[in-house]
Amino acid sequence: MSDDVAAVLDRAYREEWAKVLATLTRQVGGDLGLAEDAVQDAFVAAAADWPRVGVPRRPGAWLTTTARRRAIDRLRREQTRATHQPALEHLERARRSGQDDAVTADNASAVTDDRLRLIFTCCHPALAMEARLPLTLRSLCGLEVDELARAFLTTEAAMYQRLARAKRKIVAAGIPYRVPPDDQLLDRLAGVLRVVYLIFNEGHSATGGEDLVRAGLCDEALRLARLLAELMPDDAETLGLLALLLLTDARRDARIDAAGDAVALDDQDRARWDRAQIDEGAAVLQRALRLARPGACQVQAAIAAVHAEAPTSAATDWPQIAALYATLEQLDPSPVVTVNRAVAVGRTEGASAGLALLGPLVVDERLVRYQPLHAARAELLREAGDLDGACAAYRRAIELTANARARAALVRRAGPLAPA
Amino acid sequence: MKYMLLLRYPDGAGPQEGTPEFDAEMATWGALNQELKESGTVITAAGLQPETAATTVRTREGETVLTDGPFAETKELLFSFYVVDVPDLDAATALAARLPNAAYGSVAVRPLTFIEQA
Repeated sequence: MSDDVAAVLDRAYREEWAKVLATLTRQVGGDLGLAEDAVQDAFVAAAADWPRVGVPRRPGAWLTTTARRRAIDRLRREQTRATHQPALEHLERARRSGQDDAVTADNASAVTDDRLRLIFTCCHPALAMEARLPLTLRSLCGLEVDELARAFLTTEAAMYQRLARAKRKIVAAGIPYRVPPDDQLLDRLAGVLRVVYLIFNEGHSATGGEDLVRAGLCDEALRLARLLAELMPDDAETLGLLALLLLTDARRDARIDAAGDAVALDDQDRARWDRAQIDEGAAVLQRALRLARPGACQVQAAIAAVHAEAPTSAATDWPQIAALYATLEQLDPSPVVTVNRAVAVGRTEGASAGLALLGPLVVDERLVRYQPLHAARAELLREAGDLDGACAAYRRAIELTANARARAALVRRAGPLAPA
Repeated sequence: MKYMLLLRYPDGAGPQEGTPEFDAEMATWGALNQELKESGTVITAAGLQPETAATTVRTREGETVLTDGPFAETKELLFSFYVVDVPDLDAATALAARLPNAAYGSVAVRPLTFIEQA
């Protein structure tokens, strides 16, 4: 295969996979598993045909037509199964009209709708969260099963099973292929944003293993957030999520030192923050705020923006950060928010004020193994002069840190207070 | 699509008979059942006698063995079921969420297979 055709194929995969899959899934009546197999077939056919007969004028349309033909073939082979009849009828109708195959100005909005349907289906709350993340990455970003297995620290066989189970459930349980109606839209969209956020988080703070940044996942989450912001440009929280991811990801290079160890926000070399990305994130946040519909993503993005504006850790507007965390605690209460608020209050009003906010968390049995609580408490106790308490809290936090690099960083931070 | 809704509640949960809350819940069930009947959503539905009235049947090596009661592994008691015909899972779960016991028990939504048994 010539390099040119290989490059076109790569680009087609990157650009067309989700669009073709989204359209075909609608044409087969929502059976994502069948559609995925057929689209995969179409790309295999492209790899065989394009070097021989040349690249079609509209690769996306060619892939859609081919995928549909393959889907019909697959269904006919299994026609004994009455369950496939509706899908086959859908497809034959689409084949006769052929209207969806070319991405023209007329049907650009139809493509947009199909991709939204695909996102909402992959993020449906009836699917297990552990399936929603990889299913979204597989369908919208075209990640392969082996890549997903590595990203989510499992075996290829287990990941294949997880995806297959989810795709079977979509069909068997009757999960509709559609953008939810208005009365459910905000709720369901919050679920979609959560999936994208969790994908980013999985990449941003690896929960185990040696790689601190599984950077690929951050890139894919950003891509999804951009896509959502493009598809839903008037939703404040969607823009808020994009802003949050841009502003957080801008610190990526500074989060790791030359030895590959994690660097705390305080100690990061701010010259290594990506200024262009910070500016973009701040601009997206402004757009979100102008819509005057406050939400948790926007507040988190605002916190990231305050950090991004500060020339040094000491010069950070900590009262502003503490106030934003108080707002976030109202909008979306969780232990991590309280811990972060306590840290900010500690900077503003002193360590004992911060420790007071952690009081209720310390006696909460469910948080006994909650690492961020113990890490934050250790720092505040040290500042307050309670060295025995700080030592015990550091010990607990270090025990609970699974990531080897993050653990090493914490030991360094504890210094003389680190357990022997 | 057709779904069976399996209604459960933890023993002792929910409003107690003789309280105003119990009467209010009964009124909600009544209105809901009436609505579902009129809209043609429900194919069949029934309440179940308590598990103490149940008998489990097993045939092993040609022999029929009866045992008293189901061996419920969870604390939640199955007390009723609906078979409904609705467009999709979203409609089925939305209906399930309106059943009063969803607030203190649970409703499992099980899609039926295409195979008609009777």
